[in-house]
Amino acid sequence: MSERYSFSLTTFSPSGKLVQIEYAIAAVAAGAPSIGIKSKTGVVLAAEKKTKSILYDDTTITKMEMITKHCGMTYSGMGPDFRLLVRNARKIAQQYFMKYNEEIPVSQLVQRVANVMQEYTHSGGVRPFGVSLLVAGFDQETPYLVQCDPSGAYFAWKATAMGKNHVNGKTFLEKRYNADLELEDAVHTAILTLKEGFEGQMTEDNIEIGICTGDGFRKLNRTEIKDYLAALN
Amino acid sequence: MSILEYNGASIVAMKGKNCVAIAADKRLGIRFQTVSCDFQKIFPMGKKLFIGLPGLATDVQTFANELKFHTNLYNLSESREISPKVFLSMVSNFLYQRRFGPYFIEPVIAGLDPKTDEPFIASTDLIGCPMVTDDFVVAGTCLEQLYGMCETLYKPDMQPDELFECISQSLLNAQDRDAYSGWGGVVYVIEPNKITKRELKARMD
Repeated sequence: MSERYSFSLTTFSPSGKLVQIEYAIAAVAAGAPSIGIKSKTGVVLAAEKKTKSILYDDTTITKMEMITKHCGMTYSGMGPDFRLLVRNARKIAQQYFMKYNEEIPVSQLVQRVANVMQEYTHSGGVRPFGVSLLVAGFDQETPYLVQCDPSGAYFAWKATAMGKNHVNGKTFLEKRYNADLELEDAVHTAILTLKEGFEGQMTEDNIEIGICTGDGFRKLNRTEIKDYLAALN
Repeated sequence: MSILEYNGASIVAMKGKNCVAIAADKRLGIRFQTVSCDFQKIFPMGKKLFIGLPGLATDVQTFANELKFHTNLYNLSESREISPKVFLSMVSNFLYQRRFGPYFIEPVIAGLDPKTDEPFIASTDLIGCPMVTDDFVVAGTCLEQLYGMCETLYKPDMQPDELFECISQSLLNAQDRDAYSGWGGVVYVIEPNKITKRELKARMD
């Protein structure tokens, strides 16, 4: 019965816009900020994970997920939607490996995840994802930083900011970024960008950092983040 | 009699120094009756990648088409050439997916890596069990004879012309001892910047 009425939510408005997608992008822009910076030797992802109450156990909240050994991602927007995309991305990566016996190239992974997101903009009975993904990867000696939007569009960046304050973040990065940045400097810059417009004290408990180098993707642990924060002050 | 021997074929691939060669006979038969002596059994799958398909002729052609379709799709979506290693797992997967109603073929793969030009040869059985070797691989109705010839004539690190001589002699002398294969042969020698195709004359009886 219900499928009779399951036409797509995203219908063109008379002016030629898909307002549902614009609302989804608005949901992303209202979400917690996340930053990505590419250096020659690796990619840095940083995300804010502020909780509404101090009563939350923030060690259990994660916004930074590994997809394959050489690829990880974070997001701005709605957490539950991200979880679904992570699961999809991991499955896509493993299916690729099963088929070809070779790690999925970042470009392929991003393309396929973006296809999933695109499908949700014109399928019946679903809404677009309320997240933008930031994918960091490293394959064949090349670092990758790619953003995936709810519309299914994806773009590669040298450095970018998403979520709340992303305009200020991008302006800050435009001033700070240069092509021969070292990985360590990129981590510092990422933290500094996150600090722009950060309300309250930034600690190792309310930010997350992931780095992706030739050795693979890994999240920095709390002591490492603490050291980086201490070095800044 | 096995359906794998219905049409008859013999295929061999060999590794040399920075080169590989793949060779096949040209006969198509229906049991002992020869139908054609110009039947294609080696198919190009990339600039430096070939697959030889001995077995049931109808499956040879169907499978070659299917593989070409999927390698083309791979090349387009990844905008790069498929590497022999990846190609092997693709072939192996296709065959294993159909293991309860298999294609009656035993593929032989020979090629150079598109990036590094590293030589690669491999074969699989009809349900896709892969075998990668460092010297030579053989398949077809005169497999035993091919093994004998290759084990006698093969030596490591042959130059392209030496490799051609070795693989041709192995093929010709093996197929002369098999009624199901023969009637000429074809040899591809694959080098980093050159592919040579040569047709062999053989006993036509």
